[in-house]
Amino acid sequence: MSETYTLYNETVMDHFLNPRNMGDIKDADGVGEVGAAACGDIMKISLKIREGRIEDARFKTFGCGSAIASSSMATELIKGRTVQEAMGFTNQEVVTALGGLPPVKIHCSVLAEEALKAALEDYIKRHPEAAGKPDATIPA
Amino acid sequence: MTRVFLDHQSATPLLPEVFEEMKPYFMEAYGNPSSLHQHGLRVRDAMKKARARVAAFINAESEEEIFFTSDGTESANLAIKGVAYANERRGKHLVVSAIEHPSVMNSVEFLEKQGWTCARAPVDPQGRLRPEAIAEAITPQTTLIAVHHVNHDIGTIEPIAQIGRIAAEKGVPFYVDCEASAGWLPIDVQAMGANLVSFSPHRFYGPKGVGVLYRNRKARIVSILHGGVQEGGRRAGTENVPAIVGGGLAAEIAARELPRRVARTALLQRRLWEGLKARIPYIRLNGPEPGPERISTNLNLSTEFIEGEGQLLSLDISGVAVASGSSCVSKSLKISHVLAAIGLDHALAQGNIIMTLGQDNTEQEMDYVVETFAKIVTKLRAMSPMWEEFESGVIDSVISPTGRGKSFTDHAASISGKPAH
Repeated sequence: MSETYTLYNETVMDHFLNPRNMGDIKDADGVGEVGAAACGDIMKISLKIREGRIEDARFKTFGCGSAIASSSMATELIKGRTVQEAMGFTNQEVVTALGGLPPVKIHCSVLAEEALKAALEDYIKRHPEAAGKPDATIPA
Repeated sequence: MTRVFLDHQSATPLLPEVFEEMKPYFMEAYGNPSSLHQHGLRVRDAMKKARARVAAFINAESEEEIFFTSDGTESANLAIKGVAYANERRGKHLVVSAIEHPSVMNSVEFLEKQGWTCARAPVDPQGRLRPEAIAEAITPQTTLIAVHHVNHDIGTIEPIAQIGRIAAEKGVPFYVDCEASAGWLPIDVQAMGANLVSFSPHRFYGPKGVGVLYRNRKARIVSILHGGVQEGGRRAGTENVPAIVGGGLAAEIAARELPRRVARTALLQRRLWEGLKARIPYIRLNGPEPGPERISTNLNLSTEFIEGEGQLLSLDISGVAVASGSSCVSKSLKISHVLAAIGLDHALAQGNIIMTLGQDNTEQEMDYVVETFAKIVTKLRAMSPMWEEFESGVIDSVISPTGRGKSFTDHAASISGKPAH
């Protein structure tokens, strides 16, 4: 065999083999850990938030190639967004940015969205003043 | 790039001499064996020879007991449904082991929707079936007992001859799926007390596209494919002549080569398992230790704190081809029913990898796999929140418990809000 065949597309394989933002954040401002009841995968996202904006995002994932790629891509996409912008984040962004996932693996991207939302909720719990207030960093 | 094929359970390379034997039956002897002219009679003769070779391979009394199908799945469907339908008036109860191949399990489920009932005899944590469990499950309405010779996932060898004696005493037809054993363990249908046996030559260096069903006169079956009267009226449809011819020769060679193939793979199996065990912490072998209770070709591994598909993909990128029973690999998102039936912890079932050896694997390859796999495990554990939580004492190891932290399964259930399966 000289050619290489892959189960996932090039972008997904790249994010699986060379994951971005893998690891933890020391003194994170928000941490979310969620599990998928359907398959048993577990995803953890840690956020560093400064002045209402996500400065850094890191992940750790127990799961398949597409779960690792989804969390890698999700952390890439949300860095630099405000908390309020990030609250509107959907799994579809991950799927699109990855150039698509097999139908049976879409739930991996949902898990990434849930891990991010859980981390944001953790942040808001710790900083109740951040909730519901118009974000100063969003241009009017 | 180093390439190591460790998925012989799914396929084996065709032997060159088998390929040579098959060649004339594509372009030269292309006749249909149902035809009455020279073209048909020539291939009919070739099929007769293949049938005799297969009969000798499993010590069948007569070549008339050999039916060719398209693969092991079709053979299993014909054995289960064919016997069930033929004996419908006698009773609608079946007895199987809980860890049969999906071709058996799903055939049984299909019949259950039509009013049959089925007892699934449980197995112990090594996948071993107690013959008494089969005896206890038999009712006056039982028309078939189905137990595989060797489990396809965890390589456990079942006590077939003992179950065969129970079946004979009770007068119930006994079907033995030999898909995972044919070519790697001697198959003697008479010593087994089997009335039906199935296997496919592509597991022992023959071609894909042909399956075998052995059936003796003590088991009545009806056809489940309707059409012409090929294969004694038990399997309608034009025969795959080149594959049948190749399968016949592959069986003859397998009988001759079996001791050498088994000795070779048993050596590699021990080397690989000893190497992995020494090099990787928190890894376990599912099923019996290498030896008389396990087939020489199979290693079913659970590596803790990481998931199986990531291991499989990483190994593939490093040139090592393996399989996995993890839920992430299955299209149904469920772990292998075999791993569930042996009571394997869900976390360990998630980290499952199946390596199956063949006669062409080498010692050097085993050493390469050990080193490559050790690096992959380290990389994936560094990415896993479970490894970090184990190291910090939040969760405990199932393989080597430290006594601190809760189980992975409890932890997973608490964060997903639902119990893991």
